Amino acid sequence: MAGHGPAADWGEDKASGYKARLGIYLFIVYCVVYAAFVALNTFSPKMMGMIVFSGLNLAVVYGMGLIILAIIMGVIYNQKCTKAEDLMNK
Amino acid sequence: MIYDASIFAVIIFVMFVIAVLGISKYFASKTKSSAGYYAAGGQIHWAVNGIAFAGDYLSAASFLGICGMIAFFGYDGFLYSIGYLAGWVVALFVVAEPLKKAGKYTFTDALDNRFNSKAIQLMAAISTLIVSVCYLIPQMVGAGALITPLLGMPHYVGVILVGGIVIFIVATAGMASTTYVQFIKGGLLIFFSTVLTISLFVNGYKLKPDANYHEFITLSVASENGQVTSVADGYTIASQNSDLGVVKLNSPESKELWKLQLNGKVLVKAHSTSGIRLDAIIKNGQVTSVSDGYTIVGLDSKTGLVELLAPPVQTWWQLQDEGKTLIEAPSVVVLENGDELYNGAPKSERKFYQVGHMSKIIVDGKEVEETGPLGPFAFLETITNSEVILFTKNVFHDGADKVTVWKHTPTKGERIMRPGLKFHLDENSTGWDKTNFISLMLALFLGTSALPHILIRYYTVPSPKDARKSTIVAIASIGFFYVLTLFMGLGAMTHGVLDLGSSNMSAPLLAKFFGIFLFSCISAIAFATVLGTVSGLIVAASGAVAHDLISNFAGVNLSDANQVKAGKISAVVVGLIAIVLGILFKGMNVSFLVGLAFAVAASANLPAIMMVIFWKKTSAIGVASSIFVGMTTALAIILTSPSMYAQYGLDPLTAPSPLGQPGIISIPLAFITLVVFSLLFPSKDAKPMPN
Repeated sequence: MAGHGPAADWGEDKASGYKARLGIYLFIVYCVVYAAFVALNTFSPKMMGMIVFSGLNLAVVYGMGLIILAIIMGVIYNQKCTKAEDLMNK
Repeated sequence: MIYDASIFAVIIFVMFVIAVLGISKYFASKTKSSAGYYAAGGQIHWAVNGIAFAGDYLSAASFLGICGMIAFFGYDGFLYSIGYLAGWVVALFVVAEPLKKAGKYTFTDALDNRFNSKAIQLMAAISTLIVSVCYLIPQMVGAGALITPLLGMPHYVGVILVGGIVIFIVATAGMASTTYVQFIKGGLLIFFSTVLTISLFVNGYKLKPDANYHEFITLSVASENGQVTSVADGYTIASQNSDLGVVKLNSPESKELWKLQLNGKVLVKAHSTSGIRLDAIIKNGQVTSVSDGYTIVGLDSKTGLVELLAPPVQTWWQLQDEGKTLIEAPSVVVLENGDELYNGAPKSERKFYQVGHMSKIIVDGKEVEETGPLGPFAFLETITNSEVILFTKNVFHDGADKVTVWKHTPTKGERIMRPGLKFHLDENSTGWDKTNFISLMLALFLGTSALPHILIRYYTVPSPKDARKSTIVAIASIGFFYVLTLFMGLGAMTHGVLDLGSSNMSAPLLAKFFGIFLFSCISAIAFATVLGTVSGLIVAASGAVAHDLISNFAGVNLSDANQVKAGKISAVVVGLIAIVLGILFKGMNVSFLVGLAFAVAASANLPAIMMVIFWKKTSAIGVASSIFVGMTTALAIILTSPSMYAQYGLDPLTAPSPLGQPGIISIPLAFITLVVFSLLFPSKDAKPMPN
């Protein structure tokens, strides 16, 4: 039996190169922000207790920020990809 | 702790199970093909699939484990939420679309798409099975832990119940029913967690969480050099541990009324439902002696009541106020004969109370008794400025008894809301402590997009575009839920609901604080969380056996109908194994096992997935050897780590590996292995990744 291969044929996606590059760029940006967060927690845990916004400390603001950043970057990525697919796969 | 089964919770639970079985029966009638069984026909709407992703992902570890960890250790538990969510970025930006384009039913398909290699099929299937089983064990253990408060049944009944229902779900309709169960569960979990969080905001903080909260007794004492010399109020000193500042006291004498039962052979406590019995010896119709250290004070022949002098109850107390007072501290003592005493009494006497309160509430620089309703920012700001009593666990031996005492530890909110209470990161931490933390955060980041039961969900939607969109829905819903975990965890910490014996119960018990309806819904959903996640894992594992191993690797030519049959038989076998393991691993730390699954997945699968997608020179031997090296290295480090040595009952200091989290070594090693072996043994006829 043919065990592999996609479940369906979607035709050639001419935007796939653009989407892959965009994905990698965004991934690198998020990696840097995440790595800085881990580094701060590891080497300056006391600094994370500094109040930075509306009575909230850096640990909470940065942590929540990482979650919100993931959502915002996801939405931007989807919009850019959809636009590219509409333009390039006409 | 003893939990009373709630009839309301039972009704909601039964209704949910009936609904789940109904969905399965409905989809069973529609599932005839292998595409239907393994990938729900690839026809699930992206929005439904996105919430189902959340259902898959928000397992017992996320809901029960993280909330419990925040409730006991503050911000450090929230670091798990951040790491788990960040992992979805890797899934969205790197993995989602290529994997959808390259695969059919399982992630082995996607890895093997360019090569058609027996080595990849074998290694990827083994890795899927190992990761799935590592992930299955904590889910089953969590099911057992939940069933006790929900239905008042023993642990093993919960495991068998979950196993039985899940086997039915998976063996009837596979991925379609699993998807809709996850969709409903994921949606309900997020909805009721939001309700719980809003209830917390409305309630605010109070120094005394509620009217029934335990009043901790304090006693005046005389002490010298940390040794207590005398105690007030009729208590006497039984023993003390001056290193820890804790003292075992004998309670003052107390008289109790008991009544004769079973033809005068036993005595049961009057006006009590504890069920404790004493053996009695009767001569000439009179009780002449009683067992268990009780002595007879008086008899009333009219009422049949016997007045007994109880033997002293031994409880543990904590020295405070520079040795001037003692405060009672919760304790569990395991006696030499194996019997357990909770706060000096058998479990059935229900003396092991719930805890968790604030010692100072500061609002606008002033101390207050309660805050009234708070907004989300004010909720976090208030706890940051206030002081909370954390209960710190101390385990030691008192003669032949193993004693666990939880000491009251007043902790500033500022300390709770930054890292370091669970992870050793302060100035006294070692290099290994910091390496362990970095390794954990790396495994959480890279583990998500390497979990087989998550990856197979990319095959249930019609197109790569839908795979991408469903991932974004997943990130938004899971991200929202993880924000809620911080509030729920801190709420459990301060609302007098903590069961010191089981951090996993923090979120359901917080729901109980706001009424039996919310508790019933949250508990039933928590149970459904386990059901759904176990279903997804069993589909992934059965796919690895039936599709990857039997059909592809062994080359057994199965018809479409027989592929489905093989999948269903595999699901039953894997389900039965999960039941056995769930019973055997009772009491093992749920979060620990999930962390293990993430580390193994990130080490075994992610380097292979990323390199197959992005490096043209990747070869079949490179992929297979990378999976093997990543998987075995991760397992070897974990199994020889200090935390596992403690689980084996050995001295953690003698563990060969100083690391508990393997990712920082095993993930780079898997990448290096793939590169080296791909260069040494290139695949000449490898295809490019599909566009």
